[in-house]
Order: sequence, then C-alpha cells, then structure tokens
Amino acid sequence: MQWNSAAEFFAMGGYGMYVWGAYGVSALLIAAELVILIRRGRTLRETSGRSPRPDDRNP
Amino acid sequence: MNWFKYASPPAFYPLAGKMAPWFLAAAVLLGAIGLYIGLFAAPTDFQQGDSYRIIFIHVPAAWMSMLIYVVMAFWAGIGLAFNTRLSSMMAHALAPTGAMMTFIALWTGALWGKPTWGTWWVWDARLTSELILLFLYIGYMSLAAAIDDPRKADKASAVLALVGVVNVPIIYFSVQWWNTLHQGASVSITRSPSMAAIMLWGMLVMVFAFWSYCIGAVLVRVRHIILERERHAAWVGEARG
Repeated sequence: MQWNSAAEFFAMGGYGMYVWGAYGVSALLIAAELVILIRRGRTLRETSGRSPRPDDRNP
Repeated sequence: MNWFKYASPPAFYPLAGKMAPWFLAAAVLLGAIGLYIGLFAAPTDFQQGDSYRIIFIHVPAAWMSMLIYVVMAFWAGIGLAFNTRLSSMMAHALAPTGAMMTFIALWTGALWGKPTWGTWWVWDARLTSELILLFLYIGYMSLAAAIDDPRKADKASAVLALVGVVNVPIIYFSVQWWNTLHQGASVSITRSPSMAAIMLWGMLVMVFAFWSYCIGAVLVRVRHIILERERHAAWVGEARG
C-alpha cells in the first residue's frame, strides 16, 4: 500500500487531475458501451416478444 | 468436434451467448486485481511521480486498438474471400469496441503527455498514426452503415479494413522508424522489459482484463448483429411465401 490517507490517494502526488481524468473517462466509456449493448439486446428481445432464436422462421 | 459448425450464425449465436458472461466476469476479476496492483501496490515512479499510473489503462487500450483492428481486418478479409456471413458480422461487431479502445489510448495519452512532455498533443509519428487508426475505424463503421444492402456493405467496408491494416505496423514501429517524442516500447518480446516487476505485472493483468472485456463485449454485439440480420432474412423468406 502506497498511501497514508484517502486524500493522498486522490491527490496522486499532484497528478490527480491527469490520473483520474484518464481513469474516469475510460470507465465512463466502457460503462456507456455496456449500457448501449444491454439496451440494444433488450430492444431486440422485446420486438420479438419472447426469447428469440436466429433460426426462427415463424415468429 | 466439427468447428466449422460454428461458422454458421444459428450455431454460433448460442455459443457466443454462453461464452460472453465468462469473459465479462473474467474482465471484472482481472480488472479488480490489476487496478489494485496499479493504484495501490505499485510504487510511485522515481521520474514521473504518480502520473505514470495512467500506463495501466493507456498501454492495454493501445494494444487492444491495434489488435482489434488486425482481427477485424482478418474477419473482413475472410468474409470478402469466402463470402461467409458470420465473418463479416464478426468484423462489424469488433469495430465499435476497437474505436473506443483507440479513443481511450489517445485520451489517456494526452492526459499523460501533458505532465510528462508539457503538451497534450504533438504531431509525431506514433500519435498521428494512432489518430489515423481512429479515423479508419470511424470510416469503416460509416461506410458499413451507409450502404443499405448488407452484402455490399460487407464487401466495401472489408476493402477499407484491409487497406487500412497497413497502418498497424506503422503505429507499432513508428517509435523505431522515426524520432518521436513518444517513448519506445517498455515491453518487448525480444528483450527483458524496462520496468519494475510489480508495475509490469499490474500492466499485464490489465492487458488481460481489457482483452477479456473486448472479447465479451464483441460476443454480445455479434449476437445482436446475428439477430438483426437473420431476422431480416427470415422476414424476406416469409414475404416470398
């Protein structure tokens, strides 16, 4: 463990803005991708009304 | 076991559905370990201070951005050569995640460049070629989306993906070929890494976390693409009677 306090951890030795800016935006983008994927999957399932299978010929 | 069976979308769809949660779970687990090593266990760098901790996302994202492009071009090329439906769908599923990884690499690079080089951006070979990679991903996705006929869209975008693949070795070797502000590779297969062991481990664990995440996300997306495209085919079959 490299830190003595939470404040020291968030300060990142004075580079907090850069480090958290990098980690924060990356985490946001990954979260956004997951949300988009989940929503698209839900929409696709809802439009078929039930759990869909790609080989369905008579939905 | 006949692996070619899984080249057909109806067979691959359930397989991808079974595999995706495992890859995403592995990504969460590896990510937690990697972030612990990177943010808590690894010591402050004697030259760069704590700004170097950006490496734990910058390098994995940059590697993924190049690797995903090569894999995307590979599947696009297979789809172009053999007219296999699933290959092209795979290529389309890879593009958004690859573009996101490229953006993360550029973004974290800018935030790392400012405290270490004194600038957010320079037009040096490494940074410029990585930016071109982002444009290639965007161009690939735009071209695929702009053409209504999926088969034509597959072919046109595959040509773009294959032409653009030449950029990947340029990115990778740019730090050797040109005199760049970007540092050379810290990790290489031909010599021992120029990093402390704990930092290297943190980075490698994060690489595997990003890897698992990308595979999981792409498998989920390829399922969506299969559903959309195959449903359309079923609908056409039905309309024809």
